Amino acid sequence: MGAERNAIYRRRVLVNRFNLLMSLGAMAFGMLFLFWILAVLFGNGVAALSPTLFSQPTPPPGSAGGLANAIAGSVAMVAVATLVGAPVGVLAGVYLAEFGAGSRFADATRFINDILLSAPSIVLGLVVYIAWVARVGHFSGWAGSAALGLIAIPVVVRTTENMLRLVPASLREAAVALGAPRWRVILQVTLRAVRGGVITGVLLAVARIAGETAPLLFTALNNQFWSTDMNGPMANLPVVIFQFAMSPYDDWQALAWAGALLITLAVLALNVLARTVFRQDIH
Amino acid sequence: MFAMRSGPMSRPRPPATRGSGPPAKRAAAGAWQDAVFERLTQGFALAVLATLGAILLVLFAAAWPALAAFGPAFFVTNVWNPVTGIFGGLAPIYGTLVTSAIALAIGVPVSFGIALFLTELCPSALKRPLGTAVELLAAIPSIIYGMWGLFVFAPWFADHVQPLAQATVGEVPVLGALFQGPPSGIGLMTAGVILSVMIIPYIASVMREVFDLVPPVLKESAYGLGATTWEVVWNVVLPYTRVGVVGGIMLGLGRALGETMAVTFVIGNAYKISAGLFNPGNSIASALANEFNEASDPVHRASLVALGLVLFVLTFVVLALSRLLIARLEKGEGGRA
Repeated sequence: MGAERNAIYRRRVLVNRFNLLMSLGAMAFGMLFLFWILAVLFGNGVAALSPTLFSQPTPPPGSAGGLANAIAGSVAMVAVATLVGAPVGVLAGVYLAEFGAGSRFADATRFINDILLSAPSIVLGLVVYIAWVARVGHFSGWAGSAALGLIAIPVVVRTTENMLRLVPASLREAAVALGAPRWRVILQVTLRAVRGGVITGVLLAVARIAGETAPLLFTALNNQFWSTDMNGPMANLPVVIFQFAMSPYDDWQALAWAGALLITLAVLALNVLARTVFRQDIH
Repeated sequence: MFAMRSGPMSRPRPPATRGSGPPAKRAAAGAWQDAVFERLTQGFALAVLATLGAILLVLFAAAWPALAAFGPAFFVTNVWNPVTGIFGGLAPIYGTLVTSAIALAIGVPVSFGIALFLTELCPSALKRPLGTAVELLAAIPSIIYGMWGLFVFAPWFADHVQPLAQATVGEVPVLGALFQGPPSGIGLMTAGVILSVMIIPYIASVMREVFDLVPPVLKESAYGLGATTWEVVWNVVLPYTRVGVVGGIMLGLGRALGETMAVTFVIGNAYKISAGLFNPGNSIASALANEFNEASDPVHRASLVALGLVLFVLTFVVLALSRLLIARLEKGEGGRA
């Protein structure tokens, strides 16, 4: 063949090798940062873990304390946001998948929903501040939940619609042929068939809002003390982490690392759970 | 009423064939219930649509005092003086655009490399775990990037990368201007680099998806002609998926523009515009996060909201473009859900 001796051929092979090597390098670049961040997080976070983390509220600088109020506040606000946001998202997703075929209204909603999915979360916090907090006159856990709910809804809408679209038409037709009304077919046949997928969507939404800091800055703010009053300023992990990390005190920074580790573990666990346990392929 | 009695919870499960009236009456009731159910779900879809309008309206109304006071000059002047009450948002707008541009400059080639690796090179046993690992980069909360950036990345960047960059490319006539500024690790460049890591998973995932849309026969024909893997990707896959790839880049850009916490930690919070990327600066999101709660003067507040409005409109346009481009590619592909 003699092709090996051909200069053009050799150059092509070299270019190919070089670029594939660069692609391997790109992969390594991504992994490097992932493991760098996780290593730093575990290194600093594990050292700062202590049993009082879950039993004591956030301390003034210089004294011992924990994150109990922040953890409770985060759980409460994320729970409210999910309980309100998930049904709204699922029903809107049902409309888009089941009734929205060929309707311009559905197309527009789908389009806007995709944009809201990536909209800057700090702006949503700003909107809730203007429309709610400024009117009522004080920060509150409810307002924080509202901001988080606004972020969760598009995630649930998207996954619900995608999942329902995977349900074969024959399943719907079979149920309709038995005389079931559409709403019953949807609630008891199609939604039931993609239950796992819908739960995945909700879990991913929880994972998304659990780590959100920006929308809570102007809504729930923070609370140094233990509080279960959703109608007042409420402590939450992300804002506590932000304030403590930016502070000059070593013990506050250590607590911030512990909180950062907790939140990342929770978010990663939710992601893994969503991807493995409730993973569902209907093809 | 008859129709109300058969709510979803009121009966054991498969009652569809056990109605209480003659078939015609049952069918009429079913149709009525269906109509209600459809309107109900439609109402929630409408709520999603209305959210967008509400966001724009609320922001515009709250930003109006600033827009009325400063006019279009607000967007092109660089003053931020809470004492005299004069505001112009050019510096944070500039910071937002510059950090996002840095993020794209680094993030796009790396994402392309990752997508290429995962679609063409990776052994199939490793595809799932490595793909998930890349997606985990998107799952890490932005405040974690911020802490890591402030405490670990910025000092490392200041010690090892910035002096080196200033000693080498910093000496090149025109390009060197970009690398001016105190090598403190805090500034526009650091924010841009961290943003690039954060948007890689979004861009890479869209690129992977659209690369998989290329009909195998196209690639096989190119391989059959003796093309190398790189030539197939560069001359066949990329041209075929160009629109979708640009859509993915836009998605990453949309993410970078609005990213708040990670940037707030490392950008330096200074209302300055300078060509030197090692200088501290400000982005719209970081200005909001840092100042909004402290701003007591109504005009100051309205000015910050006006910046928020700029950010929202900017990301809206970018993300809308992204959706349209990706949808165009998928439609062209025909029939893929």
